[in-house]
Order: sequence, then structure tokens, then C-alpha cells
Amino acid sequence: MAGAAPLPSSDADLVRLLLAINPDGLGGVCLRGLSGPERDAWVQGLVKALPEGTPWIKVPINVGQDRLLGGLDFAATMAAGKPVFARGLLEAADGGVLNLAMAERVDAATAAIVAQALDQRVVRVERDGIADTRAARFGIVAFDEGLEDDERLPEVLAERVAFRLDAAALADAGDVAAIRRAVGSARSRLAEVAAPPAIIEALVGTALGFGIDSVRAELLALEAARTIAAWQGLREVDEAAAAAAARLVYAWRATRMPAEATDEEQHNEEEEPPDEDDDETRASNEDELPDDVIVDAVRAALPDGLLEALAGDPGPRRAASGGRSESRTKSRRRGRPIGVKASTDLAGSRLNLLATLKAAAPWQTLRRREPAASSKRLALRKEDLHVTRFEDNVETATIFLVDASGSQAAQRLAEVKGAIELLLADCYVRRDHVALIAFRRDAAETLLPPTRALARVKRSLAALPGGGATPLATGLDRARELATSVTRHGRVPVIVLLTDGRANVARDGSTGSEAASDDALKAARLLRAEGFRTLLVDTSRRPRPRARELAAAMGANYVPLPFADAAKISATVMSNVA
Amino acid sequence: MFPFSAIVGQDDMKQALMIAAVDRSIGGVLLFGDRGTGKSTAIRALASLLPKMRAVTGCPYSEDPEFSHCDPCVCPKRKSRLVPVPVVDLPLGVTEDRVVGALDIERALVHGEKAFDPGLLARANRGFLYIDEVNLLEDHIVDLLLDVAASGENLVEREGLSVRHPARFVLVGSGNPEEGELRPQLIDRFGLAVEVVTSKDVKGRVEVIRRRDAYERDPAGFAKKWSRADGRLRRRIVKARERLDDLEPGDEILAKSAEICMALGTDGSRGELTLMRAARAFAALADDEAVTLEHLRQVAPMALSHRLRRDPLDESSAGTRVERVIERVL
Repeated sequence: MAGAAPLPSSDADLVRLLLAINPDGLGGVCLRGLSGPERDAWVQGLVKALPEGTPWIKVPINVGQDRLLGGLDFAATMAAGKPVFARGLLEAADGGVLNLAMAERVDAATAAIVAQALDQRVVRVERDGIADTRAARFGIVAFDEGLEDDERLPEVLAERVAFRLDAAALADAGDVAAIRRAVGSARSRLAEVAAPPAIIEALVGTALGFGIDSVRAELLALEAARTIAAWQGLREVDEAAAAAAARLVYAWRATRMPAEATDEEQHNEEEEPPDEDDDETRASNEDELPDDVIVDAVRAALPDGLLEALAGDPGPRRAASGGRSESRTKSRRRGRPIGVKASTDLAGSRLNLLATLKAAAPWQTLRRREPAASSKRLALRKEDLHVTRFEDNVETATIFLVDASGSQAAQRLAEVKGAIELLLADCYVRRDHVALIAFRRDAAETLLPPTRALARVKRSLAALPGGGATPLATGLDRARELATSVTRHGRVPVIVLLTDGRANVARDGSTGSEAASDDALKAARLLRAEGFRTLLVDTSRRPRPRARELAAAMGANYVPLPFADAAKISATVMSNVA
Repeated sequence: MFPFSAIVGQDDMKQALMIAAVDRSIGGVLLFGDRGTGKSTAIRALASLLPKMRAVTGCPYSEDPEFSHCDPCVCPKRKSRLVPVPVVDLPLGVTEDRVVGALDIERALVHGEKAFDPGLLARANRGFLYIDEVNLLEDHIVDLLLDVAASGENLVEREGLSVRHPARFVLVGSGNPEEGELRPQLIDRFGLAVEVVTSKDVKGRVEVIRRRDAYERDPAGFAKKWSRADGRLRRRIVKARERLDDLEPGDEILAKSAEICMALGTDGSRGELTLMRAARAFAALADDEAVTLEHLRQVAPMALSHRLRRDPLDESSAGTRVERVIERVL
């Protein structure tokens, strides 16, 4: 333990040091915030601290799966006359760092592929006639430049990186190159660092206390603690190392404050039958102290605003539904390949090498006999060329705007819920995103931002209460804001308004049906001005001119459904929207 | 490979996988739920639990020497050997040609031969096909799988090839429903479904971390430490398979299965059949003398909860609905 190396004083420097020692074990870091000289300097520092020759692989936002995973190498294949494999970026990053640019816009498929490689530490390639498994041990440095709350590193990746840093708070640490050699010797000690049971228990207890659900966070915290110990030349993780690791790994993942959780824990322990073996009892007695120390460390690292927000959180509800996934990034999906076709016109298309080679293959023997042909080179003709066809799938986001006010009788509201449930099945078939806004009393609430997880739509729908006044204009305004945001994300919004058209709360919150109706009509016209596709389902017992007028102002298709049941609403909506 | 027996808790998940390993005709297992709960770990670990099987030497489809589905079988049938049951991982980003098999491009280009390069479906024959992140699988690949899974054979008509080969595999999938729902046709292919939730119990989680840490530090030593426990499970599976035929469920069991399915409104006879078979495999694993109502009760949620039609006005989860009906019927 002699000569323990001091830890850097700032979190940014500490994270950089730990990543330099153990990039693949720690999964990496998410650097949240806009690019700037601070971020550049920090990254340069990491590159310098990593051992010489460590791969640093940049992944552009529009990376194709063929580049990520590897595929046929065009030039080499043509020269050799047989398929030659080009390794992908994941394999190239083996032993080093994968640097994701604009990580907040990475699409779900790419994120899942990177996540799978992080888990398995290999990349499995089954593409273009190639079947192979290649080593891919790397950590990621993700540049998350999202500004909005819903633009961020996809959850599958966020939960696999140990750290997150605010890009604006980074700084140049000066002469990092000097630590490179020390990093090397810390690496060699890493495998030997042991973690005492009391430390593991304290790390687990702390994670649960902060409402962190995934076991991955605990494993990453333990790995961070071992990396710190390795740097300090310790043979065993000590309390200080565990506290520092917990601060870095847990603080940004916390979903609640630990006060209520400690009660739960003690409660649990009391219920536990006392037949555990001695070894474990001793361990849990020992863990009391470090547990507190670690909790305090994490608490100190939480930003002030977050603290209040978390303290106000009624409970672990958010955690139970899978962490922060409700604000998962919704990135634009690009066209996906749907097949190949023969084409002599390559302009603007992507050549499909495999299909081209397959078309050419049967003719090689014949063509090689021709006088001008070389015996080795592939003889390709124009008619062999095949291009990949892409389907540019513009996605639809259906926004359900539900009148949940008292004028909708309880039974009526149940029918409307039923209709939406049925519609969800159709939305599923078309791979739509679905959003849910409800208005009643004096406000409109976005119950669910656009999502494909229809299970969640069903849940929030089921929980939707009814009754109260009708702030129709506010509801329409909210739908317009959401539709605008949907458009920004590259999707086409469709607004389905389910109401009886009766309004009695104006935009300014005053009651009175005249002003309220006026405001509703104004809000409706704004929707039309934006050119959104809209549909109004009149849910009143008897169709009323008011709802029809509103539909006209919105430019919406009007569907009166006085006695309809859920199935009929569904059929009508589909024929109008599809 | 992390040993199956070293997985802490998650009893339903392990039970479902064991049942599927005992009786393949039940159909696959779908594991969905929270991230980081060891879903993929369990499925990958299953591979080493499965007793070896006899296969024709050199057969690309690992066919049984006693009974080959290849028509005609072109392998010299004289030899066979014991091989591990394949658990084939369908990686993300897989292309269609590698799933179904395609023209062997190298042989075509270099030697001008038209040869078939078998794909993952060929490799998965008689074994398990595992899809991680099943919700993210491309639709056209899902279509392919559904077709083959239903017919048990893979028909390849492309690039001038015409190949038909056996592809009878058990589908195992894992995913997170938050990433998007599965198509009903795909859900229907899974015999059993288990929702996996994170354990909030401190002791359990500590044990998870300890074992994971021990495994990471010394994979070989760790596997060795658990090999006896894995061996016991393997023997249980073998024995249960042998006993399946003796465990014919009685009339009462059949009647109750039908009643449960009727009360839940599951479509078709698939639910009933799965429920009955799962109960039988469960009884065989428990080494019990006969299939009892208790066995039925134990497996009903995993056999039925994913088959319920959605009732928009019923807010309770599928699992609760199954349990409610079971309380009433049994």
C-alpha cells in the first residue's frame, strides 16, 4: 500500500484517468453538452493518457451497419476476384475507444448493436455471406449534444457507460502525457484488486437507496472502485475508493433520495428469517459505516435542482418502469434496405456488391476465355450491376387528444378509451409512434410523448381520470406544440381529437362557454394554418353543430359517432387517416 | 460462459427455460422485462446445460442418423457422433442471406460452382434460435422466421438455387417492451413467456455482484466451481425427458386446462396444449408421480399470460388476470 498515488481532484480528471486505465471495463462516458474547446481539450488529454497506439475510432452519425459490423471490401474483392472482408468499426476499436458523435441522434438499431458488443466484448458478423466472431473490447466516449430533455444518449447505451460529465465543465488537465506510464502500471495491477464483501454490500445498498434499478450500475461502480484502487496501488478496494466510484457512477443515475429507502431496507432485513450463515451476518454488520459514507458521497455530488426534484418525487415509481426511459432519445430513422434490383444507372444509388457479384459469378468461366480478359480479375459487365433499394420510411406519429372533462359521461370516456386501444393495434401494424394528451378542469396534460411502447400508452390511458370543466383551446394548443415538435423529429403528425366540442374554459383560465368556444375556434384555425392532418371524432350523444364547426375551423375530417362502439370508431379513424 | 446454476434468483425464468429444454414441442420462451436482469446470460448459459445429441457426421443440419428429414440425404450415413445441441445467436444487423443461406459466393466466383452456403436456420436445426432485443429485429427477418418456424423447413429459392432443408428450432427471445411491442404473430410462436423484474432484495443483489465479479476475474475457475451444480441440472433434464411419456395427464387435468383457457378467452387450442405440456414437463422435472393441479397452477402464468386478448377496460396486468382465473377454477 506504500506510495499510494493521489487521485485527481476534479471529477472530470478522475473520470479521464479511470477511462485511460480501464476503458472497456467501465463502458465509457457520456459527455453531455455542446462541443467546445473544453471538450476537445479533455478528449485530447484522454488520448494522451491512453497507452500509445490505442485505437480511437470515430463513428459518424450516419454510420451504416455494414461499416459498423464489417462487410465486403469493394476494392479488395474486385482486385482479388473473390470475396474479401473489410473489418468494421467495432472490431477496429478493440482495445481502445469508440467515439460516437452526435450520440443523441443515434438510431435504435445502431445503439443496440453497440450495446451488444459492449456486453459480449465481441462482434458477431452474419452478413453478406460472411459468418465470423471477432474481438471487440472497447469503451465508448459519446458526445451527447442534445439540448432538449428528450434528446439524449439512447438508454441502452447510457446504462452501459459508467460516467456522465457535463461537457461545459471539462477542462484541460495540463500535462497528462506524464501519467501515461503510471496508467500502464495501474492496468497491470487491476486484475489483482479484490473487493471485500462489505464494500460490495455497501455499493448495492447505496444503489437501491438511490432508486437505481439495473444491476449494471452496481457492476460498473464496483469496476470503477477497483480501477481507483489499482491506480492507488491498493490490493483491496477501500471505503474511499468505493465512495468516489459511487459518486461518479450513481449520482447521475439517481431517481430518488435514499431516505425512504433506508426504511424499506431495514424493514426487509427484519423480515428476513435469521437463518443466514455467520459469514453473511458479520458482513452486513460491517457494512453500516461504509454505506453511510457512500450515500453521503453520492448525495454531495447531486446538483441542487435535481435534489429538490428527486425529493419531491412521490416514490420509486419512475424507477420501477425502467429508469429514465421515458425521455429516451427519439432519433430519426433513415430508410431501411428493402431489397436489391438490377440497375445500370448507379447515380445516387448504393451499389450492392454481393448481388452484383452473384449476378456476375455464373459468367466468369465464359468471360475469362475472351481475348481481352485477364485470368485473375473479375470480369464485370454493366448488366451485372445491382443496387440496394431503400425504403425511406417517413414515420407517422398519431397524437390522441382526449376530452376527459365532465361533459364526457364516464361511460363515454370508457368507450373512447376502448376506441384508442383498438387504434393502437393498427398503429402497431403501421409502426406508428403514439402520443396521448388529455384535457380537463383547467389544463391539458401530455400524458405520453410520442412512443412506440404501446404498453405504456395503455397504462396511461387506463389511469386517465375523467370529470371537470373543458379547456378545449388549451388542449388544442398543446396538440399543436407537440405536433410541431414531432415534425422537428422528422415524423408526420396526425392529430385525432375525441370530443363533444363543448368548451367552457378559455385560454386565460376564465370560465364561460362563449369566450371558451371563441378561443377553441382560434386554436383550431392555428392547427389548420400549420397544415397538420387532423380528425375530429364527435363523441356527443347527438351530433352537434358546434363540433362540426370546430372540425371545419381545424380543417379536420369530421366523424359523428353518436351511438358508436369502440370498433366502429376505430374503423372510421383508420379509413380517414390511412 | 456464465454457468446456468450460478444465476441468482429469477426462478420463473430458469424454470421456463428448463421446461422448454425438457419438452421441445412446447415451443420457445420469451423473456421480457427490465434491463440488466441477466436474460441473455441465462439463455446463453442454457447451451451448456443441454445434453449432447447424436448427429450425422458432416451434416450441415446436424440431422439425426436414425431419422433424417433431408430428402434425399446426401451425407454418407455411415458415421454419426455426439454434438452439443446448437444454441444459435441471431445477432443484430444480420442480413437475410445469412439467415436462410445463399449462394456460396467464393466458390461461385473462384471455381464457377453453384453451391449452397447454409445459413443460421440450418445451424439452428434441432436446437435453439436465440434473438436478443427481439423487438428490434427487422420486419422482413421476422417474416422469414415465422414462416420457417411454422413449417419446420427452410425453402430457399434464390440466385438460381433451389434448396429445401429441415429447420426445426425452438425460438428463444428476449427484449424490453419499452422498446416497442412485438407483433402478435411473433408472440404466438413462443410457448412460454416470463416477465423478468429486477430484484430489490439487497442480499440477492449482493450475491449477483459477487458471482459476476468472481466470474469476470476467473471465468474458467468459476465455471469449474459450478460444473457439479450444472451437471445435476443436466441430469434432471435428461431424466425428465425420459419420464415425459409416463406422465399422461388425467381427465381432471385436461378438463381444468380447458376450463382455464375458456375463462381467459385464449384463442385456439394452442394455449391448452401448451399449458398441459408445460405442466407435464414441470411434473417430470420435479420427479413427481403424476401431473397435479398444483403443477398446472405453477405453469399457467408463463403458458398463458401472453395469449390473452387485450381488454381495454381491465387495468390489471395479464399475469394478475391469469392468477385470478386460476383461483376461481382450481
